[in-house]
Amino acid sequence: MMASPADLRTRAQSAAAALPALVLSAERLAAMIAPGAHGLRRGGAGEDFWQYRPAGQGDTARSIDWRRSARSDQQFVRDREAQTAQAVQIWVSAGRGMDFAGSGSGPRDERPTKRERAQVLGLALAMLLLRGGEKVALAGSPPRAGRVQGDRIAEALALQPLVEDDDDIPPAQSLRPNQRVILLGDFLGDVDPLTDYIAQAAAMGVRGAALQVLDPDEEVFPFAGAVLFQSATGRMRHDTRDAGGLRDAYLSRLAERRALLTDTARAAGWHFGTHDTATPPASALMWLYRMLEG
Amino acid sequence: MLILGPLGFATPWLLAALAAQPVLWLILRAMPPAPKRLAFPGVRLLQGLRDRNPVAQRTPWWLLLLRILAVGLLILAFAGPLWKPVVTAPASGPLLVIVDSGWAAAPDWSARQARAERALNDAAAAGRPTALLMADGQGADGPLAFEAADRLIAGLNGAAPQAWTSRLPDDPAGALVDVPEGPLSTLWVADGLDGENRAAWLSALSERGPVTVVPPGRPITALSLAEGDTPSLTLHGTDALPRAILAIGPDPQGIERELAKLTPGDPVTEGGITRHPVAIDLPPELRNRITRFQIEGEAHAGGVVLADDRVRRRKVGLVGDQDSAAEGQQLLSPLHYLRQALEPTSDVVEGGLGDVLNTAPDVIVLADQIGMPETDQLAAWVEDGGMLIRFAGPRMAASDRLADDPLLPVRLRPGGRDIGGALSWGDPRGLAEFSGDGLFAGLAAPEDVAIRAQLMAEPAPDLSSRTIASLTDNTPLITRAERGQGQVVLFHVTANAEWSNLPISGLFVEMLDRLVASARASVPDEAQATDREQSFWTPELVLDGYGRTQNADDLAPVLGGDLALGPGPGQPAGLYRAGERQQALNAGGPLVLATWPGAVIEEAASAPGRDLKPPLIVIAVLLLALDALASALLARGMRVRRGATAAMVVGALILMMPAPGAQAQATPTEIDEETIRAADEVALAYVLTGEEDVDLLSEQGLSGLARVMSLRTSVEPGAPVAIDLDTADLSVLTFLYWPVTEGQPTPSPQAYVRLNHFLRSGGMILFDTRDGDLAGVGGPDMSGTLQALAAPLDVPPLAPIPDDHVLTRSFYLLEDFPGRWQGNPVWAEAPPAGAERLEGQPFRTLNDGVSPVVIGANSWAAAWALDESGVPVLPVGRGFEGERQREMAFRFGINLIMYVLTGNYKSDQVHVPALLDRLREESGEIEVMP
Repeated sequence: MMASPADLRTRAQSAAAALPALVLSAERLAAMIAPGAHGLRRGGAGEDFWQYRPAGQGDTARSIDWRRSARSDQQFVRDREAQTAQAVQIWVSAGRGMDFAGSGSGPRDERPTKRERAQVLGLALAMLLLRGGEKVALAGSPPRAGRVQGDRIAEALALQPLVEDDDDIPPAQSLRPNQRVILLGDFLGDVDPLTDYIAQAAAMGVRGAALQVLDPDEEVFPFAGAVLFQSATGRMRHDTRDAGGLRDAYLSRLAERRALLTDTARAAGWHFGTHDTATPPASALMWLYRMLEG
Repeated sequence: MLILGPLGFATPWLLAALAAQPVLWLILRAMPPAPKRLAFPGVRLLQGLRDRNPVAQRTPWWLLLLRILAVGLLILAFAGPLWKPVVTAPASGPLLVIVDSGWAAAPDWSARQARAERALNDAAAAGRPTALLMADGQGADGPLAFEAADRLIAGLNGAAPQAWTSRLPDDPAGALVDVPEGPLSTLWVADGLDGENRAAWLSALSERGPVTVVPPGRPITALSLAEGDTPSLTLHGTDALPRAILAIGPDPQGIERELAKLTPGDPVTEGGITRHPVAIDLPPELRNRITRFQIEGEAHAGGVVLADDRVRRRKVGLVGDQDSAAEGQQLLSPLHYLRQALEPTSDVVEGGLGDVLNTAPDVIVLADQIGMPETDQLAAWVEDGGMLIRFAGPRMAASDRLADDPLLPVRLRPGGRDIGGALSWGDPRGLAEFSGDGLFAGLAAPEDVAIRAQLMAEPAPDLSSRTIASLTDNTPLITRAERGQGQVVLFHVTANAEWSNLPISGLFVEMLDRLVASARASVPDEAQATDREQSFWTPELVLDGYGRTQNADDLAPVLGGDLALGPGPGQPAGLYRAGERQQALNAGGPLVLATWPGAVIEEAASAPGRDLKPPLIVIAVLLLALDALASALLARGMRVRRGATAAMVVGALILMMPAPGAQAQATPTEIDEETIRAADEVALAYVLTGEEDVDLLSEQGLSGLARVMSLRTSVEPGAPVAIDLDTADLSVLTFLYWPVTEGQPTPSPQAYVRLNHFLRSGGMILFDTRDGDLAGVGGPDMSGTLQALAAPLDVPPLAPIPDDHVLTRSFYLLEDFPGRWQGNPVWAEAPPAGAERLEGQPFRTLNDGVSPVVIGANSWAAAWALDESGVPVLPVGRGFEGERQREMAFRFGINLIMYVLTGNYKSDQVHVPALLDRLREESGEIEVMP
């Protein structure tokens, strides 16, 4: 889609208007998890104390901890725990279908769209990881550490345009070895590109997690009567006279798809989870964080 | 009309619509419901799915049948079907239909309308020129217009019976000028009553052609008010059935309902009309509430008598000295007793004599008034028929112009007499029996009524004839004299309990009732009504022909002279008001039956055929409702069972929910132990402030005061009671100590309601801001907090306690009211503005009653506080001076509690000599024996 500069700027402005809210909710979410010491449980380069060990050959005089050594006749070296920064890619689906929120019956039932929720989760995870010293980036750009990177990710997320299609595919060309990948999407489209992507990632030694963000309407299928279902682009439609009668078939298909994705993920050493936009995002964030830790 | 076997159709062309039914079938069948469009990202998962149980694209045949049937029935119904219609022989020539539209036509109005409509329909079918005359007196005078009959039906259907008798135009010949050629046949739907020019019309019509009269289908009844001193009713009827009369009015809750049912007396039959007298034998309270009388089961204006001044309560004007505003003094006011006795049965107006006279009362009561400036007007009013009731009193007894007063029934001897007082011989006198034929005949004179003082009448020859109640020694108690059309009555005693206990006996009320009832109600006669400036009567409420009340907003006022003519066009039966006076215009009256010489009386037997339209429409509507239900069920996918179950569960839950009232009654009212103790003995109470040290000090202070009081006086208070204002019941307390602290929460509104009730019922609150050293060292100024706390209280104007306040001498003689601090003013209810010191008296005659609040800053509880062993808790002042101050604080406390308990006892002038002696002998504060 070609956009004139003025058009782009208005869109950027309107998107940036949502940015503080996005950053705020993501920050609030991220603050709920304290990133623990991300030590590797062995001596090495790092900041935290790991152990005192007797100085051996090869230890420079500089490295000797004189305060400890003065208490005995031996020289001791103060080891620090090895700490490495991880590089994490976060991908948030920009498919048209993500821009959907079911209609609740009451004002308290008002839900965010799946896209909003996925963005909040992605940004919160990014901030959390950045706070823990990791390198983070949206898929397709080089991971970096530091708080400024959080702002960059937030901006990129807010300005991210929707693709023209119903579904979005994670870019396989941006996979790098020894990185982690987090996929956030509804995975309701064609399932093959996704399984291919995971297989490719597994081949490169990239591990990660995929979180399926769904609206309760999609999980429960609360429709009845004569309904003409349309996808977001209108390319796909299904006409029925008895939507209530389709519920069981739909739910079983959804379960089937989830089982397939779970199996694929497990085979590749990935994790697959689901998230419902009606539930608070904190649990999903916890899950993602835990998946990255393990 | 189309006749098919036993069925006839009034508008048969409508049946053609039945031909459209098959088209309807097709339309109804091919109408699938439109699908709902919905954006749904999970469409991919739905691809290729098939509807498991496809909903029928077409409406089921039975639903279609239902709808077709309903529509068919509607078409049939509007085609005007008649079962076995009466086919009258076709007549020719012009037709005149006269429909009597007075109130007597109201009971079977729809039948009359139907009969006239049938005649019009027939005439329309036969193409006869027709005229319709509604005999309600509202049509335009002039020749009757003959036109096509079907154009008259709307006018007939729009007509309603009126709240007056049927009226025909004055000139029959003039009205019948435009009759077309041919013999004029007349159908007269009559109400059976004779009207003003009915006979003239009948003869005029009989000359022009045959007259058929439709007689009323049911007996005619009417109710009217019989004139006389005691209002009663008369029930007129064409049969001798004694119908009950309902007396209708607002009940004590203000809801209009039947208050009583009157049974008619012995009938008198005369000329086919039976009259029953109906006595209104009801208690005055009930009678005064009645707004209308109505014949049971009769719905017409003639069966309704609206109650006006003639039935209603008398208006009584009270003139006397205004009650003093102070509480507790109503019982001294004569007007109080009169008000209590008169208000239930009459309208009471109070004010100056001039104001009261302007309201045109029936009775004026003067309580101990003499030499009033408006005496001349009053005399004129009495001459015109007013009733003046006067009560004697100290002022009349002391007046030297008693003999000059023209408005007294007997000449009075100045001074009066005391019987049974401290300085007189004899015992108080009782009442003699009332004479059997007098005004008070039948009233029992209670033996415990005693007269201690009275005004004496000068002996005169007519004294005994003017006396209507006397004492056992035959001196007159109540005298009465005629003055013109009115009368003057004098009670030789006061209207309060000062001279006798008559006003507090039930006899007093009964006597006043009799007197007031004997007053001539001020009904304006016609001459008076036309003479007066307010000769226009504004309708307040009018009746329609059925006897139902209607709004009278769009009616013009009626001239007094016209009103006397009875109800008619422009002045329907109803209530009319001119200024203070109210008059009812009732439609009912004596009945005069009509006779019909030369006319054919139609037999009521020929039924017009049964109209099948209403039942057909009802069935069609039921079918349509069934269709809606069935459609809804289909749309819900036949999930009937679940919905029904849910509804049953909800219903059961509603039934099982306990009534809230029952639950509230089940919880017993808890009474606090402390409250029981406080009610048992004199308990001093203090308000919990929420600050522990202040509360402890209050407790210790009050227990210290109680200990000192027990030692020195006969008042032995128990342990102090702590009061939480938000919950406590204050009704048993007399004294409340309220220390004001800064952070004190404001009590709830309910607490203030209780506090105000506490103050009104004689309780006292001592506010202590405890900041007495404000002028010196400083300390928090509590006046803001005090204002916030006391603002919602019902507190009279306050003033610093004056030197001669009873608080200074209720037990000890005091000059100052020190607590832990001293020298600060203490505030109490301000003395009345007019209080003046009498010569030679040390004290003014100050306010009666007890000041509800005393406000000070001297921190009294701190001075009173004693611990368990009786040792003062806090130091007061310095050395002996300080102990002296503590003693004074205790004395103030004792004075205060004495003041609370005994009120103004010590301001009684009886004690003045003793107090004077004391003051003379002792210069300081010496105990005075209480």
